[in-house]
Amino acid sequence: MTAPLVEVTSVSKTFTRKAAAAGGNTTFKALDNVSFVMTKPERVALIGPSGSGKSTLLRSISGLHTIDKGKGAVSVMGRVVQKNGSLASDVRATRSRMGMIAQQFNLVGRLSLFTNAALGFLGKVSGLRGFLGMWTADEKQAVMRALDHVGVAQFAGQRANTLSGGQQQRGAIARAIVQGAQIVLADEPVASLDPVTARKVMKLLVNLNEADGVGVIVTLHQVDYAKLYCDRILALKEGKVVYDGPASGLDDETLKNIYGAEFEDAFWGEAKA
Amino acid sequence: MSQGDATALTPPSPSVGTRATNWGLTIAVVILLFMAFKPAKIAELGLLVENWPNTVEYTKGYLHPNFKDLFKIYLPEMWVTIAIAVWGTVLSVFLAIPLALLGSSNIAPQWIVQPVRRFMDLLRSMNEIVLATAFFVAVGPGALAGVLAMALHNAGVLAKLFSEAVEAIDKAPVEGVRATGGSRLHEVIWGVIPQVAPLWTSFALYRFESNVRSSTILGLIGAGGIGFVLFENIKSFDYPVTAAIVIVIVVTVMLIDMVSAQIRKRLL
Repeated sequence: MTAPLVEVTSVSKTFTRKAAAAGGNTTFKALDNVSFVMTKPERVALIGPSGSGKSTLLRSISGLHTIDKGKGAVSVMGRVVQKNGSLASDVRATRSRMGMIAQQFNLVGRLSLFTNAALGFLGKVSGLRGFLGMWTADEKQAVMRALDHVGVAQFAGQRANTLSGGQQQRGAIARAIVQGAQIVLADEPVASLDPVTARKVMKLLVNLNEADGVGVIVTLHQVDYAKLYCDRILALKEGKVVYDGPASGLDDETLKNIYGAEFEDAFWGEAKA
Repeated sequence: MSQGDATALTPPSPSVGTRATNWGLTIAVVILLFMAFKPAKIAELGLLVENWPNTVEYTKGYLHPNFKDLFKIYLPEMWVTIAIAVWGTVLSVFLAIPLALLGSSNIAPQWIVQPVRRFMDLLRSMNEIVLATAFFVAVGPGALAGVLAMALHNAGVLAKLFSEAVEAIDKAPVEGVRATGGSRLHEVIWGVIPQVAPLWTSFALYRFESNVRSSTILGLIGAGGIGFVLFENIKSFDYPVTAAIVIVIVVTVMLIDMVSAQIRKRLL
């Protein structure tokens, strides 16, 4: 039996904020005993109100957040990312097979789009080549193919910070392709994009999943995008999973439970009026 | 509440504690100035007017600068001064980079950051002239002692400026590099350095400008260059030659400042 692509078991994450005034530190439980398994390459949308733990879950999967001690584990492609509050010693090797896409793109603004995408090789190249950016001819070709695939090859030589949000986000997807990622974790990838560009980016993620068999987990604020582009939805509320099922099964009643009674007014009020 | 309600519209005023602190600080500064009055001999300010004729007589000597050795001595020695500043600055940059990275709290753990920062403080607090005299013992008087003194002192200054730049970076691109599976060193090379490179270059150029001036002073104590020639001519009361040398120094420093400022402006 092959290992699941992603396996999150009883994960909790508490943030502690130091209080400025007397009265001790304040704690905030962002994830509360969350479990979730992705056995085959799916497109999973993580939805839920702000502060419900979507980004925390995504960052815990990539090991950018360490989970609470006690219990809980995260495995990706059968390799432990973290367990019981400690990152695995080979977490970098596991990360090199996961692409991470962020709302603010996380590209290095002063480097060219080409170099940014080529950084996807960092987990694979050894020693001096990685430090000096000495990419082989084949690697350079692979970077250009990835940039071409997402439609930004013509901007390869431009600094990332001179490009539009959509172009930068596509560059970030190209970096994940260069990585040869088998899982893409996208943290609100369309939150700062206009609707047309947002749809293009979502279609690229769908294409990655359907054509290349990449598992996609994407946090979204737009419920309609989640239903349109994803086949499974995982809804979080106050750090707990309140829905995990097919996108088609997400009805208004469930959404009201997730977002509160005002959901209907906020999302459909104008359309129905 | 109506707008006519006076209590609701009372503008905020500093608390009693803040006002007491402000007054306390003002009084402290006044007392400090009063105490420093005698040691700094401020009372002798009147001599400036009293000895005015002597000052005029002295300054007259500078009105006819003598450029007779411009190409033979002044410019070649000015070049030595610039060369000391060039090497002093470049060496200090190479020393400052590892210190800055190890002294940045967002890169290194506190048990490394704190000792590195204290070492940076130590380098910064050692005056170039004191350092140069120490290097005279090791490598003899001359340009090399000046270069080494300048490199050490400036390493402390630049490391502090560099590490402040590192601590102000956007951590998102660094995280982007980490998420690809890159190592800590990859994060620094690809995530940190590209962000701080323009600022670091600007700081290094700024230090180079001031190092050219410091290098002249180092010459006065025997570290070679135009400062040494200047000091010799002041000692022998040759004012026309001294004036020519001062003009060479001022024009060179101004030119370097102008070019460097232009480069810095384009970098940022």
